[in-house]
Amino acid sequence: MRGVAFVWQFGEVLLAIALAPLFSGWIAQCRAWMQNRTAPPLTQPYRMLRKLFHKDAVLAENASRLFRTAPYVLFGTMVLAAAIIPSVVTDLPFAHAADAIALIGLFATARVFQALAAMDVGTAFGTLGARREMMIGFLAEPAILMVFFNAFLLFGTTALTGMVDNYATHPSAIDPSVVFAAIAFVMVLLAENARIPIDNPTTHLELTMIHEAMVLEYSARHLALIEWASSLKLFNYACIGIALFLPWGIAIHGATVGAVLIALVTLVVKLALCGAMLALIESVSAKLRIFRAPEFMAMAFLIAVLGLLVHLLLGGNTGA
Amino acid sequence: MNTHLGANFLNSILSHPLASTLLIVASWPVIAIACLLRPHSIRYVARFLFPVGAVLCVGMFLLAGGFLIGGHAPEVMTLPLGLPDLPFHLRLDALSAFFLMILGLSGAGISTFAAGYFRSGEGTAHGLLGLHYHVFLASMAVVMLADDAYLFMVAWETMALASYFLVTSQHRLPEIRRAGFLYLLMAHLGAVCILLSFGVMQGGSWQFTLDAMRSASLTPFWATAAFTLALLGFGAKAGLVPMHVWLPEAHPAAPSPVSAMMSGLMLKTAIYGLLRITFDLLHVQSWRWGVVVLTLGIFSALYGAVFAAVQTDMKRLLAYSSIENIGLIFTGIGLSILFAASNMRLYAALALAAALIHALNHSLFKSLLFLATGSVLHATRHRSLGKLGGLIRPMPWVAGLALIGTLAIAGLPPLNGFVSEWLLLQSFLYTPQLPHAFINMLIPLGAAALALTVALAAYVMVKFYGVIFLGQPRETLLSEAHDANWLERIGLAWLAAGCVAIGVQPQLALHAAGKTTGMLLGQTIASDPSVWRIAPIAPEQASYSGWVFLAVILCVVGVTFLAVRLIAHGRMRRTPAWDCGYPWQTSRMQDTAEGFGQPIRHMFGAFFWMERDLPSASDLTPRYRVYIEDRFWRALYKPIAAAVQRLADAVSFLQGGRLAFYLLYSFLTLLGLLVFVL
Repeated sequence: MRGVAFVWQFGEVLLAIALAPLFSGWIAQCRAWMQNRTAPPLTQPYRMLRKLFHKDAVLAENASRLFRTAPYVLFGTMVLAAAIIPSVVTDLPFAHAADAIALIGLFATARVFQALAAMDVGTAFGTLGARREMMIGFLAEPAILMVFFNAFLLFGTTALTGMVDNYATHPSAIDPSVVFAAIAFVMVLLAENARIPIDNPTTHLELTMIHEAMVLEYSARHLALIEWASSLKLFNYACIGIALFLPWGIAIHGATVGAVLIALVTLVVKLALCGAMLALIESVSAKLRIFRAPEFMAMAFLIAVLGLLVHLLLGGNTGA
Repeated sequence: MNTHLGANFLNSILSHPLASTLLIVASWPVIAIACLLRPHSIRYVARFLFPVGAVLCVGMFLLAGGFLIGGHAPEVMTLPLGLPDLPFHLRLDALSAFFLMILGLSGAGISTFAAGYFRSGEGTAHGLLGLHYHVFLASMAVVMLADDAYLFMVAWETMALASYFLVTSQHRLPEIRRAGFLYLLMAHLGAVCILLSFGVMQGGSWQFTLDAMRSASLTPFWATAAFTLALLGFGAKAGLVPMHVWLPEAHPAAPSPVSAMMSGLMLKTAIYGLLRITFDLLHVQSWRWGVVVLTLGIFSALYGAVFAAVQTDMKRLLAYSSIENIGLIFTGIGLSILFAASNMRLYAALALAAALIHALNHSLFKSLLFLATGSVLHATRHRSLGKLGGLIRPMPWVAGLALIGTLAIAGLPPLNGFVSEWLLLQSFLYTPQLPHAFINMLIPLGAAALALTVALAAYVMVKFYGVIFLGQPRETLLSEAHDANWLERIGLAWLAAGCVAIGVQPQLALHAAGKTTGMLLGQTIASDPSVWRIAPIAPEQASYSGWVFLAVILCVVGVTFLAVRLIAHGRMRRTPAWDCGYPWQTSRMQDTAEGFGQPIRHMFGAFFWMERDLPSASDLTPRYRVYIEDRFWRALYKPIAAAVQRLADAVSFLQGGRLAFYLLYSFLTLLGLLVFVL
């Protein structure tokens, strides 16, 4: 039985690695449609990766080993995160390695490595990007923690697979606090994945960059891995959101092959809807000045706290 | 035959753990005195005696760890020393064993590093440094073994004095003398509070053994008084805000191995003392104590992290980071008191274990980082972050090992800092179940403050590592810096190995901490059936496995590396940095330490008292200067100092300088006393 679980586990990780660039491409396409532009083909991110992998890497003269290792570590952390987050099945052997709080830590590891690598060459834009990225990071962590705290109060566990199992088997456990948590989570998702209104993934203006400023010195295979890791991060966040707030259809413990196939189709549909939603949010909002970002994140935090208080005051059905 | 003898010897050590521990503790003063035989010889003092001390530290670690894991009952002993009617009482139990284990583990690394660190022509003679250093080590161990208030205070004061002499080893610099004075002052204020706390706890029985205090029954009022005094006294030693002001002055003033000892080990004696008094002697009588400790802890943590982010001196930055970590430990203790007083023993044990493991972790990574700054200081002669940069290239060993410490202190998996912070956050999850209205709604917000602190710590450590080791050198001479020597490398590697080991295999640390909580709360941590992960409450609620983190990330890195090489290629060439095509890139265009702290100054402006000189557009020699001060200096310490000064001025007329007047004062006092007595 465990053997089957490992098969699902690896299948899910490979699926995440393969689908992540497609998800980014889908968001870019939706954005283009909504903004009345001609959309790039869905496969554009794959072509980009292919092109980058075949170019010669150009490194700054003083780049150290840390600079060259960071893209691999980044990719590794995101793959591990994909292994922990239940997207198609919940019977994941690796999921016991980390609960939601450890997952925050895992994302923090990736963030710190990227910031350190950005400071390695010692250019003005690199350090600027690193500083801003770390700032967004410490603003986002309290908010996302409050979201998971809320989930813990509802389901009595911080293990993502446990939450999903609980949710899927007790669909009546809907609580008003979930709405608040979902709004806060989406705000954190936008900030953590360098989307508008905090950062613009397609910006060409160096002074407003956050994520892009950190990767300016990268090229070829290193840049390809970083881009892939970023789209995997967005994919992971979307999957966390789906698992927390829209888990219906996922194949829970002991599911058959048929159920897994259904879960796979539902996941793709849900991801497509989420991607369209993200593109819509990004199209109707403007990028904030960097020092308005704390206000945005404080808002996310307060909404999450409000959800928590709503739950505690209403004396909801605490699973703990 | 030999193995038989060896086994016998080992057996006798294990069957008399307290006696063996004492033997090690007594060896340190012997080394201390031996240091005086040839005080100017580096080869004798540093290269020979310090490694011997380090080996004894390893012995202490093994002994205390063995005692703890073996689950021995407390062992007591009375030595015919000390006052006529109050001999020295000693006791080795799970609490003292845990802290002795920390002392041995980190002490071994620090002593090894110190062996390679001392150079000729720096401050006090090496023999004197060695003397104070080993007396310091021994007195810390005695603090943890003492079982009567008298021995405890003697050891406590010896510790303060020995560390004072170590801090002022470069006593020719006036700012170091000032830092030393401030440290001594705060240490003594703390000691007075602790003494008074013991005075309250003996409860009129005039029995000063801790055993008597353990069984004394105090009224809630006097118990709270004793607890408050203990919190003040130990808080001053630990650097709890607002009694932290000595810490950022004294830690940078000391030579780096001493900074490591003070931050990594001495602060932990204060944690030990508070746990001993609160849990063991006073038996946690009120949940309100927990609220006080928790509030102070969270505030200290946030305060330390915010101040660390704006520092420009690498050792001051680490000192503020110590305040932050002490705050995290106090947060755990506060939660534990709260749970224990509400009779939720399992969660109390979880929070206490988190605090204990964080104490262990902090001693490892903070020592490692302080020692790394020592190597940087020796290699570059600079302490200011504005004059460093790019040291990863000339100093790969120090940079690599410091990276482990940096990631660990930033609370990142799979290293050890994450384990304790994860446990702490786990225990926060159960606070809504506390039976006190409002408190159970406010405390979850503490978890958010904690998350903010931990994330800020990551910000601080990116600044620390990035500005020192990465980027371009900010001074031309930096590229000629030399790496640490091999003794220093061994010391750093020992501590780094500890960080990794506890990170990936936290079960042993949790098991050891569980023995201590078992003694203090009567509740151990449930052991997980799987040796690969920790699941302190139940595996289906939350679990964490450092092994999987490390193994999966390493595997993916390896597979990706090979796949990229096989499918694509590994061609690479070096060119000047691109930087968006800007060709005149210099090292002065990188972020400075001030620049990296700017968002924090912007957002947490209320914390600071700030003075800024901004150059105007027409300045020919523009200079930017920012000066930041602790608000507590102006709000709390300066008024107190001024009041003391005024009081002293007011009574100074009594000191006329004539003998006849002084005799008159004595006579009048005597008269007054006689009237009072009769």
